[in-house]
Amino acid sequence: MLSSPYISEKTSVSIIMLKVMLALVPAIAAYVWYFGPAILISLTIASVTALGLETIAVKLRGLPAKPFLMDGSALVTAWLLALSIPSIAPWWLIVVGTFFAIVVAKHLYGGLGNNLFNPAMVGYAVLIISFPVQMTHWAAPYSLAGEHLGLLDAFNYIVSGVLPDGWKLDAISTATPLDTIRTQLQLHRTVTEISQMPIFGSIGGQGSEIIALLFLAGGVYLWLTRIITWHIPVAFLGALTLISGLFYLYNPGQYASPWFHLATGGAMLGAFFIATDPVSGATTPKGKLIFGAGIGALTYLIRALGGYPDGVAFAVLLMNITVPLIDAYTQPPVYGHKGNKK
Amino acid sequence: MSRQIYSFHGGVHPEENKQISTQHPIAIAPVPSRIIVPVHQHIGQPAKPCVAVGDQVLKGQIIAEAEGYISVAAHAPTSGVVTAIAPHPVPHPSGLSDICIHITPDGQDLWTERKPIDYRNLNASALRNRLRDMGIAGLGGAVFPTFIKLNPGVPQKVQTLLLNGGECEPWITCDDMTMREHAAEILQGAAIMRFMLRAESVLVGIEDNKPQAIAAMQQAATQCDFPIEIITIPTLYPGGGAKQMIKTVTGQEVPSGGRSTDVGVATFNIGTALAIHRAVNHGEPLISRVVTVTGNVGQAQNFEALIGTPINELVALTGNSVDPVTGYLMGGPMMGIELAQIIDVPMVKATNCILVKSAKLFPPPPPAMPCIRCTRCADACPADLQPQELFWFARSKDFDRAQKYRLFDCIECGCCSYVCPSHIPLVQYYRYAKSEISAKQKDQEAADHARERHETRIARIEREKQERADKLAQKAASKPAAESATDDPAAAAKKAAIQAAIERAKAAKAESDVTAAPTE
Ligand code: SF4
Ligand code: SF4
Repeated sequence: MLSSPYISEKTSVSIIMLKVMLALVPAIAAYVWYFGPAILISLTIASVTALGLETIAVKLRGLPAKPFLMDGSALVTAWLLALSIPSIAPWWLIVVGTFFAIVVAKHLYGGLGNNLFNPAMVGYAVLIISFPVQMTHWAAPYSLAGEHLGLLDAFNYIVSGVLPDGWKLDAISTATPLDTIRTQLQLHRTVTEISQMPIFGSIGGQGSEIIALLFLAGGVYLWLTRIITWHIPVAFLGALTLISGLFYLYNPGQYASPWFHLATGGAMLGAFFIATDPVSGATTPKGKLIFGAGIGALTYLIRALGGYPDGVAFAVLLMNITVPLIDAYTQPPVYGHKGNKK
Repeated sequence: MSRQIYSFHGGVHPEENKQISTQHPIAIAPVPSRIIVPVHQHIGQPAKPCVAVGDQVLKGQIIAEAEGYISVAAHAPTSGVVTAIAPHPVPHPSGLSDICIHITPDGQDLWTERKPIDYRNLNASALRNRLRDMGIAGLGGAVFPTFIKLNPGVPQKVQTLLLNGGECEPWITCDDMTMREHAAEILQGAAIMRFMLRAESVLVGIEDNKPQAIAAMQQAATQCDFPIEIITIPTLYPGGGAKQMIKTVTGQEVPSGGRSTDVGVATFNIGTALAIHRAVNHGEPLISRVVTVTGNVGQAQNFEALIGTPINELVALTGNSVDPVTGYLMGGPMMGIELAQIIDVPMVKATNCILVKSAKLFPPPPPAMPCIRCTRCADACPADLQPQELFWFARSKDFDRAQKYRLFDCIECGCCSYVCPSHIPLVQYYRYAKSEISAKQKDQEAADHARERHETRIARIEREKQERADKLAQKAASKPAAESATDDPAAAAKKAAIQAAIERAKAAKAESDVTAAPTE
């Protein structure tokens, strides 16, 4: 039987996901500008794989495929994964990552809405643990490499691993700023010295700092259109700034500045697009603050003290585990249960 | 106006669609071809019919008396003949029938004698009884017998009389139009309520999307001999809900499970104030009200219509529908109830709006998708609940946790369903969970009663048996006083056995007393 309300807002999960993807577009454009068009190919491979796997998974679960494909969640997962791994990574890396994201992290947990962990980050974690070498070949910024692989060459390289005549992998790929800091520190150089290296750009890395800025802009758009609330990004970036700031103040020669940490790696993408995944994140306002701050803190600790150059993925996954607990202990008071003070 | 306005959590802004029914003044609906007055239009016990089939009744004559404490009377809305006292479909979500008094109007519309009430010189309880017999119940939706709320209780429990001019549901404009056209009379009603409650301040809350109503009420307020504050509040659904309105104008929250008087406020709908004015100052019982007929109709409009008018006759007054009709709602689209195509149900005291549906105005909702925990519902919930959690618990029948997460504080406003991007009919799940829990509680109570009855009965049987045994034993013990002298060992043994039996019986009785005690 029908019951009230009989009207609803003209929203849908598809619209939300579409806006999320829209918010990513400027940063992707900058990515192409600074690092070449290879990212477009990896985004495409990830998207096609995700839609294919989503269709199969949904059909196997006996559900109609169309509404679930239309909801856009598989595409968003695919994009976030593709943006988290090197754009010139081989095609099978993307496929494996997408498989773990869509099939294992999402559908084996009961499909959209039931997954405990952020699917894209599960995909990323599997790849970085299983294929650490392939995961370090990042496209070098144009200003360093002097040249990009064109669209076709990039496609060839990603699919067959063959570079055009006269090209070397060393010339087009490089370690990320976070990677560089990590290895150089082990060589007992100071952060000040290291950050003179050309890969660093002005704050967070050649090109990548602009991309980070555009992720931030996309995030603000999502906030303005009420797709996300401010809690998680602000707590995430706040905690990251605070902790990196403390370490930086303690020993600027050994630890990079908070600005660097904000502008590099997965910080901005993570804060606005990954940690804000509603399904696997905390839901109460206070819970979101704790959840976000936890990710920010863990991200820094993994970056500075842990075994991986960037910590966003593991920080998100670790905090995903705590969500039920956080939610249960941060229930806001209900109307009429607050006790009146005037 | 310097009063501070507070805001409540959540709320939504559905499209208002109000202007289409405010183009014309309130029209008087003609006397319908037949009248069907349900005896149960209010919260509480149904009224008891006091006329018989074949009786000639006059307009305003009592046809059903209040019975029990929470009850109000019902009256003949026009003069005519009682043709039946029988079940008829009433506007209720269940679509069930209830006893109705059917009247065939004689077209004369002849009033019974109307006597104004000299309320200042009547003692309080007599005055309340008069209002009960005038059939006054809240016209804001809950239809709570008004006289009960007009009891100030302990001295100065009610400092504030709050007239609710909030009408936040889309489409509905009956209160808006009533305020525009009857502002002075509403405030005369307020004067009576203020007198009865001994309230210190009188506030009227009206949303800022009703500038004409605000102006009319402000104008009327200047003519009053007591201070009234007309407060403009932001337009936000469900800001017209009593709890939300109280929060908005006083900053206070009505405690869960409590009443507004717990924070010193008595809230009444402005239509109720008007009805009180008519009852007291003109001796007219509540036999009509303003109702908005709108939606997919020829010309949407407000009508002053007789209670008991079949809804189809009311709808017919607006001309032909534009599009094919897909259904009828009583109330607004957020909280209204579906009238399931049976439209000769009568309008009742609670009928503030008849909303005629079409597929264009009310397209069927898209299929529900999984919850993505986006918490838009929680952001919109005026009760500060976490609807996504309640949904989860309701769906998995985890009713204990649903109650822990305050399911029963849900006011079923529909904001959560309204904003859900997955189109989950959340409120439907909460209604289901609430009714399941209530049913379980009823079962539990019935079982408890049965068990208590059973235990009491067993205890009684035990007791009687023991009493008989006691008597027998005493008899046996007193008779053979001589025998014992014979030093008959057998007799002595028997006596000892009897004594032991008495002790045992006493002990058992004491025990059964203990177990029976908690049931008392
Ligand atoms: S609005 Fe709908 S999808 Fe979002 S959390 Fe609430 S129930 Fe889930
Ligand atoms: S219907 Fe209940 S849960 Fe939903 S928004 Fe209203 S009060 Fe909150």
